[in-house]
Amino acid sequence: MSAAWVAIGQIAIVVLVLAAAHRPLGDHMFRTLTSPKHLTVERWGYRVMRVEPDAEQRWSTYLLSLLGFSMASVLVLFGLGRVQDRLPLDIGMPRLDPAGAWNTAVSFVTNTNWQWYSGEATAGHLFQMAGLAVQNFVSAAVGIAVVAALARGFARSGTDSRVGNFWADLVRLTVRVLLPLAFVAALVLVAAGVIQNLGAHTEISTLAGGSQSVLGGPVASQEAIKELGTNGGGFFNANSAHPFENPAPWTNAFEVVLLLLIPFSLPRTFGRMVGDRRQGWAILAAMSTLWIAAVGLLTWAEIAAPGLAPTAAGGAMEGKEVRFGEAASALFAASTTMTSTGAVNSTHDSLTAPGGGVALVGMLLGEVSPGGVGSGLYGMVVLIVVSVFLAGLMVGRTPEYLGKKIGQREITLVALYVLTMPAVVLIGSAVAISVPAGLAGQLQGGPHGLTEIVYAFASAGNNNGSAFAGLTVGTPFYNTLLGLAMLIGRFVPIALVLALAGRLAQQRKVPEGAGTLPTHTPLFVGLLVTVTLVVVGLTFIPVLSLGPVVESLS
Amino acid sequence: MSTDPRPRYSAGADTLAFVRQSWAGLRVLLVLTVVLGLVYPLAVTGIAQLAFPWQSHGSLVSLTGERTTSRDDAVGSALIGQGFDGPQWFHPRPSAAGDGYDTLASAGSNLGPLNSGLVQAIDERRAAVATEESVDPSEVPVDALTASASGLDPDISPAYARLQVARVAAQRGLTPDDVRVLVDGATVGRDLGVLGEPRVNVLLLNLALQTMGT
Repeated sequence: MSAAWVAIGQIAIVVLVLAAAHRPLGDHMFRTLTSPKHLTVERWGYRVMRVEPDAEQRWSTYLLSLLGFSMASVLVLFGLGRVQDRLPLDIGMPRLDPAGAWNTAVSFVTNTNWQWYSGEATAGHLFQMAGLAVQNFVSAAVGIAVVAALARGFARSGTDSRVGNFWADLVRLTVRVLLPLAFVAALVLVAAGVIQNLGAHTEISTLAGGSQSVLGGPVASQEAIKELGTNGGGFFNANSAHPFENPAPWTNAFEVVLLLLIPFSLPRTFGRMVGDRRQGWAILAAMSTLWIAAVGLLTWAEIAAPGLAPTAAGGAMEGKEVRFGEAASALFAASTTMTSTGAVNSTHDSLTAPGGGVALVGMLLGEVSPGGVGSGLYGMVVLIVVSVFLAGLMVGRTPEYLGKKIGQREITLVALYVLTMPAVVLIGSAVAISVPAGLAGQLQGGPHGLTEIVYAFASAGNNNGSAFAGLTVGTPFYNTLLGLAMLIGRFVPIALVLALAGRLAQQRKVPEGAGTLPTHTPLFVGLLVTVTLVVVGLTFIPVLSLGPVVESLS
Repeated sequence: MSTDPRPRYSAGADTLAFVRQSWAGLRVLLVLTVVLGLVYPLAVTGIAQLAFPWQSHGSLVSLTGERTTSRDDAVGSALIGQGFDGPQWFHPRPSAAGDGYDTLASAGSNLGPLNSGLVQAIDERRAAVATEESVDPSEVPVDALTASASGLDPDISPAYARLQVARVAAQRGLTPDDVRVLVDGATVGRDLGVLGEPRVNVLLLNLALQTMGT
């Protein structure tokens, strides 16, 4: 069988599983976010936490709860990192320095999971499971909660900007969606060979008479939610390329499904929440188009293997595992960069120049194809509003989406959203290439060095977390600056989306008229995909030209 | 406690509201940490150790090639590559993990496709492998020339395994056919026919070789 058919076969398996799963899961999340009933265990929880789950919050209060929870999370995680050497199960790991602890705390709370450190040499078991893995769950739940608030904004009419209750959304998504799925996935992974124990790393004698450490750790429980919550922070440095995180070709396909599962199911949830399933289908179509295009391009690039080193070796296997090969590595690379996951099963720095370019563009699209859990969907809705606005300008009518008028205030919030990420990426990269501390981190100079730096800020600003890992980022300069990029890239867009949700909830629905642009047609999906690509193109073509494009041509 | 205070418009009141929400956030976080950070991983650990004791402890193998959960009996993990330098062994791929196959430093080289150092390393490896196996340099497969992503790749391609058969057989006083049977026995195909690539686990192959030689 030719390489192309094998590649198509594994993509087909992933697509079929997702096609079968997205409807039941989308419906389950819809019920989770709309049911008036609490589970008994949730009631106990609310009592212990002393929060009132039935009080509807205005958008501003919802945002304050979200920010308060996130700030508490950053502080607790920072503290855990600073004292991890005194916790149980520390397995001899020293405490983190302040810049490193700050970077890691922000990284995991913002669902970025950028890692300046090597897990097996830095993190104790309790820090991983009670610190990092907890944020893998709750940062994912926060992303979906924002989608829920936005959907309520569209669905409600003439309220005083109430968009739900943050605490109830957070707890329900964790208890009813993420925890059961992660539990099952973790056991599947253990069966395949992902380790799950509390042992330290101990040295043994190898067959040839050398020595090697046998690794321990609660890896499977963390691996499951790492993919499912599109987090991506590996237990070990090599992330999903590590045989103890991803032991077989079929676990690789399983992990790709896990990281795409919720982002591809949320359009269904959104469609049902706004009372029009066709809108969900349209969003799913736009997301799928971009994802499949990226998978196709990246797979072609890695199998064709252009470039000096791949040509010399006879294939693009530098930084790839034999059990995965080029095709399964490309499928993972495209899926992880387009879902804001950032887990890697190959080293992206060693991808071919066009392959690395696709991975970079996948992030620069703003993580909407299908994007991170929650963040992908609200990012896509923002782009829909931009598309509707553009179409409205062309025909001279007041734009509207789902019965809500897109006026000056709405489009201002949306425009600020669209500008935030590019500003973070471009200003951050510009600062890094202007100062010695930034330039010092490059492993390789020239266009590849520029790509390493832009990739780092694109990854941080989009809360992706994957890396062109040649860049040395474990320095106070990069830890501080990338920490800021992650923080702005996460919470400024969330604040703008919640403000938009509040405005929409106040508006009265206008009935559809003859001049209403239908937003569920293939024509509109085409417009949406075009707008997504044009917005990115106009913003990033100059810097992409100096990096991956120059490299592809040389 | 109501989580929905009346709208206030003074900076002091906003700060107060934020502090109150942060306190609530801290309480929620602590409860969720107990559930997600302790109960969940410990429950998975308990079930995993009962249902999949071998896998959960790292798929360890003993000198006789048998599965074990004891680190004292183990010579390695069936999932983790290790270094084999001598001519009597099948060699694994080049490794960028520490000084090679260091499990405390899993890593790839991170060298880009135009990196001149990488091109030079590939050329040198090609010449070295061709010399050692007494074959034409064009016959050396790509996985013998490149470092893996983890630096701990347990596998090589069937092509690279077959390339090493003649040397290993000669070194051990075995016939090439005997060794080829071991390679064929250690070769694993694609999962479900399309997932991943065919491969040979180097540690398991060398263990089979060792067991046969004694």
